[in-house]
Amino acid sequence: MKAHLKLLSKDIKKNYSAYLLVLPVILFYAYFSYVPMYGAVIAFKDYSPALGIVKSPFVGLEHFRNFFSSVYFLRVLKNTINISLTGLLFGFPAPIILALLISELTKKWFARTVQTITYLPHFISLVVICGMISQFTTTGGIIQNIYAAVTGNTISMLNDPKLFVPIYVVSGIWQEVGWGSIIYLAALSAVDHELYEAATIDGAGRLKQIFAITLPSIMPTIVTLFILRLGSALNVGHEKIILLYNPMTYETSDVISSFVYRAGLQSFKYDYATAVGLFNSVINFAIVLSANYMSKKINNTSLW
Amino acid sequence: MIKKSSSRIMFEVFNGVFMTALVAVTLYPLLYVMLASFSEPVRFISHKGFLLRPLGFSTVAYKRAFDHPMIASGFKNTFFIIIVGGALSVLLTSIGAYFMSRKNLMLRKPISFMIIFTMFFGGGLIPFYFAVRNFTIFIPWIVNGAFVFKALNIYNTLFAVIIPVCINTYNLIVLRTGFMSIPDSIEESAKIDGAGHLTVLFKIIMPLAKANIAVITLYYGVGYWNSWFNASIFLADNTLHPLQLVLRQILLINSADSSMIAGVDVSDRLAVGETIKYASIVIATVPILFVYPLLQKYFVKGVMVGAVKG
Repeated sequence: MKAHLKLLSKDIKKNYSAYLLVLPVILFYAYFSYVPMYGAVIAFKDYSPALGIVKSPFVGLEHFRNFFSSVYFLRVLKNTINISLTGLLFGFPAPIILALLISELTKKWFARTVQTITYLPHFISLVVICGMISQFTTTGGIIQNIYAAVTGNTISMLNDPKLFVPIYVVSGIWQEVGWGSIIYLAALSAVDHELYEAATIDGAGRLKQIFAITLPSIMPTIVTLFILRLGSALNVGHEKIILLYNPMTYETSDVISSFVYRAGLQSFKYDYATAVGLFNSVINFAIVLSANYMSKKINNTSLW
Repeated sequence: MIKKSSSRIMFEVFNGVFMTALVAVTLYPLLYVMLASFSEPVRFISHKGFLLRPLGFSTVAYKRAFDHPMIASGFKNTFFIIIVGGALSVLLTSIGAYFMSRKNLMLRKPISFMIIFTMFFGGGLIPFYFAVRNFTIFIPWIVNGAFVFKALNIYNTLFAVIIPVCINTYNLIVLRTGFMSIPDSIEESAKIDGAGHLTVLFKIIMPLAKANIAVITLYYGVGYWNSWFNASIFLADNTLHPLQLVLRQILLINSADSSMIAGVDVSDRLAVGETIKYASIVIATVPILFVYPLLQKYFVKGVMVGAVKG
């Protein structure tokens, strides 16, 4: 131990400029990541800003109990899982299919054009995307016109709880499908071409080749990304939800993170909102750890 | 040359048609916004269905949008955030990536762990909000010829949307991967010539990793350009609002901002308010379209680096 410390002090002396340089980076993480981790103790306190974090009285698990016994708990949990899994079900295969189809295009210029155009929505800001969604689906908007022609329903689509998840998921696919295909296209381009030539000589058709060569070759990529997605199964970000939801659709649109935002920063129930957020962080962390364990088992690769 | 089977030809035709449809579905909403923004407001609002060209031609929506003081100040604030934030982010990220890529530093592993751990666990939104509210920086200042440090709480200043998010751990990992691919021999020969860490980082590693630096600069640039949420909770003063937050106000909160349609005929207000929204979308998206070719080149590279180990 002592020898170790001696070595360390020697290392710091020798490389003091590197340690000095990195100090702001360490302070950044300490203050904006680790101080909030400590600050999360207000989840167990009856927090009052006048008393501060340390002096506020300890109340144990009261906020957690309140949350679990409230009607919101099941609602936000159900919505979070619903949005996340629906997104996974439709959003996960979409870029794989797109990559396969792009790689089958025989004209290079056409493939490049499709790529350039489908990547584009990824760079458009969320506020603009949600603004467009709102414009198109409100009464008189272009998508609403089509929807009304088919169903006879003329209400603003963002006010219909049944439509929130479809709108959220479809717009997400529209924005990210091209971008998501990049990584699969890279995996596809790494597949050995001799395999295809050999298969063609053996008389295997294109479809057979896809199932016998292409998919198995990119399977590790698919599995890794799938596990990564599973790892964030209960992690639906608040930004897009807040931009799109309104009180009329809370029953399907309100997720854990948007609930934390409302409870904490709009209703100022800081301690309660922190407890809900902490519950979410802990669950997410547990899911990520299990996902990593799965990844090690199946793929022999750790996510970090 | 192997002759194509008829099913193969069928597939290729189907694929071509499908891809063309996909391109159309991707582009048409953007085109529609453009066409709507140039349409005559009253004709546009009474129209139903698709647009293939603007209905008449009018630039009134753009005149109104550009006259809006919040859009001008939004652009100004966003540019400040991108330039100051971008510079700070790239500097700190380079330093962090350099530290994490030096194999001979004894504290590299514990510090790297401390950094990477934050990707998987955090205290949550509310404690983060408190940390930012309580954050005070000390600026060197001169008062009556005396040198003092002036305390400045960053809440309700543009620094509140820069400093708390100035290092993105994902970008840090991308850059570290890039730095690691530089052969050790280059650094060693510089060290023999007496170069310290500062020289190695700024004179050797960073110039050699120009492409990686470009990638993360663009990542940060786009990140700052798109961000609105922190601004909505840390900037009370609306003259400080970045463009995206102004846009949110115009598009999603207020249906028609009264100052923007002041002086318009009462019967036309609703219509003009609608086309102003479309014009605002165009104004806020065109800058991204201009840098898109550059973005595409470097971003794709970044996805690859990040995928190696992320």
